Amino acid sequence: MAFDYAQYMRPGKLPHIWCPGCAHGIVMKSIIRAIDREQLDKDNTVLVSGIGCASRMPGYVDFNTLHTTHGRALGFATGVKMAKPSMDVIVVSGDGDALAIGGNHFIHSCRRNINITLIVFNNNIYGMTGGQFSPTTPHGKLASTTPYGNPDYAFDVVDLAIGAGASYVARGTAYHSVPLTRLIADGIAHRGFSVIDALCTCPTTYGRRNKLGSATDMLLWFKGNTVGKKIVDKKPEKAEGKIVTGVFRQDEKPEYCDEYAKIIEKVSD
Amino acid sequence: MSEKVVFYQGNEACAEGALYAGCNFFAGYPITPSTEVAEFLARRLPKQGGAFIQMEDEIAAMAAVIGASLTGAKSITATSGPGMSLKLENLGFACITEVPCVIVNVMRGGPSTGLPTGPSQSDVMQARWGTHGDHPAIALAPDSVQEIFTETVRAFNLAERLRTPVILLTDEIIGHMREKFTIPAEGEIEIWDRPRPTVPPEEYKPYDISEGIIPPMADFGSGYRFHVTGLNHDETGFPTNIPSLVEPEERRLMAKITENLDIIEKYEYMEKKGSKVGVISFGSSARSTRSAIAMAGEGGTSVDFLRLITLWPFPSHVVNEMADKLDLIIVPEMNLGQMIEEVERSAEGKTEVIGVNRVDGEPITPDQILEKIREVS
Ligand SMILES: Cc1ncc(C[n+]2csc(CCOP(=O)(O)OP(=O)(O)O)c2C)c(N)n1
Repeated sequence: MAFDYAQYMRPGKLPHIWCPGCAHGIVMKSIIRAIDREQLDKDNTVLVSGIGCASRMPGYVDFNTLHTTHGRALGFATGVKMAKPSMDVIVVSGDGDALAIGGNHFIHSCRRNINITLIVFNNNIYGMTGGQFSPTTPHGKLASTTPYGNPDYAFDVVDLAIGAGASYVARGTAYHSVPLTRLIADGIAHRGFSVIDALCTCPTTYGRRNKLGSATDMLLWFKGNTVGKKIVDKKPEKAEGKIVTGVFRQDEKPEYCDEYAKIIEKVSD
Repeated sequence: MSEKVVFYQGNEACAEGALYAGCNFFAGYPITPSTEVAEFLARRLPKQGGAFIQMEDEIAAMAAVIGASLTGAKSITATSGPGMSLKLENLGFACITEVPCVIVNVMRGGPSTGLPTGPSQSDVMQARWGTHGDHPAIALAPDSVQEIFTETVRAFNLAERLRTPVILLTDEIIGHMREKFTIPAEGEIEIWDRPRPTVPPEEYKPYDISEGIIPPMADFGSGYRFHVTGLNHDETGFPTNIPSLVEPEERRLMAKITENLDIIEKYEYMEKKGSKVGVISFGSSARSTRSAIAMAGEGGTSVDFLRLITLWPFPSHVVNEMADKLDLIIVPEMNLGQMIEEVERSAEGKTEVIGVNRVDGEPITPDQILEKIREVS
C-alpha cells in the first residue's frame, strides 16, 4: 500500500512555495517518513525552523510548528526542549540559516549535545533571497553575489558537526531518498544532538547560473558522485573525487536534558 | 511561604520576584551589571524543578526564552546594553507572535561597550522602539529594591495577561544596591496566567479574538497543534499578506496596550499646594529627585513630583495635566535627553521643560536637581 503522506499534512496548505524542480519537497517527504517510522506522537512533536525556503516546511505539516527568525531556530528549539524535555524536537534549516547566521548556534548545540534532530537542507545557496552564495557554496562557483566565482571556501557540514561534538552525524542526498529517510529516522531515535546533512538542489538560483543542467540532471548528479561510507571504510580509494554519504558518528554521550534532570534531582527541595 | 524580610541586591530581588511570579525558565548570557539575576536563578531554579540555561549569546537566549514560553513556561532573561541590542530581533518576534516573556535590562552606559560598570538610563527609547517595525511596548522602571521585586512580579503578570513581552528597565545603581525588603507571603500578590483555550483542539485558532482582544494561548504539547510564525498571520496563525487581514492585526497588537492602560500605567504623583515647578523622573534618578524636593521644601519651595513606574506606554495625559498647572517641568535622567522628548510632546508647549542630564557614569545628585529648582524659584 502506498504511504499515506496526507495523514501528516495540514489540509489546505498546499501548494508549497518551492519552485518546480526544487528538492526541498523530497527532503520533507523523507522527514515525514522518518517521523512515521519512529512513530512520533503528533501532539508531542515540535518542528522548528528559521527563515528561508527550507524553513517554510513546518507550515505544511501537522505538528506543533514554530517558524522563527533567520538562523535562530536552534535557540528556540533549545528553549522548547529544556522547558519540556519529554517533547520530540526536530529542526529544519537551510545551509545559510544553519551555518552562516546560525553558525554559532549550530556549533554550540553540537557541543551541548541536547536531544534535538537538525536536518540541514543543503542546496549550496541562499534560495529564498535569490541565489547569493552560502557557507556551503563550493569555491569558484557562481552566485548572484559571486559573479566572478566564489573566492570563499565551503564548510563541510559533517566535519563541522563532528568537530563541535554532535553525537550523531550523517549525510544523505535527495536522490537517495530511501536511505535519507533511514538516516533521519536514526537521528530522531538517537538520544543527543543529531545532524543530518541532506544534500539537495536549487535548480532555479544555483543550477541555472552554474550550468548544472535540468532539475533531474542535478539530482542524478548525486547518483554518480556519491559513495557510501561503508564502502569507503573498506576501500578508502573509492572516496576519490566523491561525496561520502552515510553515518559518520553515532556515539553514546550524556544528553543535556538528562544531565540537567540529574541536577534537579540532586538539589531539589 | 510566609512573609520574609531580607537584605538583598536589586538584581537578586528581581530574581526573587520572578520566582514569586511563577517563573520556571531562564536563559541568558552573562553581562555586567545584570549577571546576578542569572547567578541567582542558576542556583534557585533547579531546586524547584525549573530550568536555567546559559546560552551561547543573547540572541539564542532570547530565542530560548520564547521557545520555553510556548510550552507554557514562565520565562525570563536578563541583560544590559550590548546584550539588549542583540535581543531585539527576537523581541519583535515575541511581539508579533504574542508570546509572554520578561526581559530585564539593567542599564549601563553606552553606546557599544560604553561604561560596563557605570549606571545609565540611556535605553529609554530603545525600550520603546528598539526592535524594527511598529510594535507594542511595555517597560517598567522601579526605583528601589522592594519595587524591583514587585515590578518584576507585575512584569510577569502583564506579560501573561496581555500576551506580550515586558521589559523591566533598571540600572546599575538599583541593580547592585542592597536594601532591606520584604518578600510578601505567598498569595499576597495576585499571580496571573495567560488565558488558555477552552475550545476543543479541532476548533482552536491561535489568534482567535472572538472572546476579546487577547487570544487564548495553548501550550505546545498539550494536544493543541498550531503554527507560530514571525510573518504577519491571520487568526489561524498561518502567514498572510492580504491587506485586509494584516492591518487589523497590526492595530490589535497596539490596542492590547492602549485598551488596557488601567492595568499597565503606574506612577506616583506627589502634588504640592501652590507649586509652580514639577519634576518628572524614574528609576535611580527618582531617588535623587526625592531628596532634592525634600531639600527644596525645607527652603520653602514646594515642588510637584511625578515618578513614573511604568515608562512605556508613556502617561501623556498626566504630564499634560501637570503642564496646565506648572510653569516649569524638570526632567532629570542619566542620558542626554530621551524621556524629555515625551514630556515635551505631552506638555504641548503649555509649560517650559528643561532637562538635568548626566552621562559620565555617575548618578545625578540631589544638588544638581536642586540647583535647577533654585534657578527658577
Ligand atoms: C536577520 C536576517 N538577515 C537576512 C534575512 C534575509 N534572508 C532570508 S532567507 C535568507 C537565506 C536563506 O538561505 P538558506 O538558509 O540557505 O535557505 P534556502 O532558502 O536556500 O532554503 C536570507 C539571507 C533575514 N530574513 N533575516
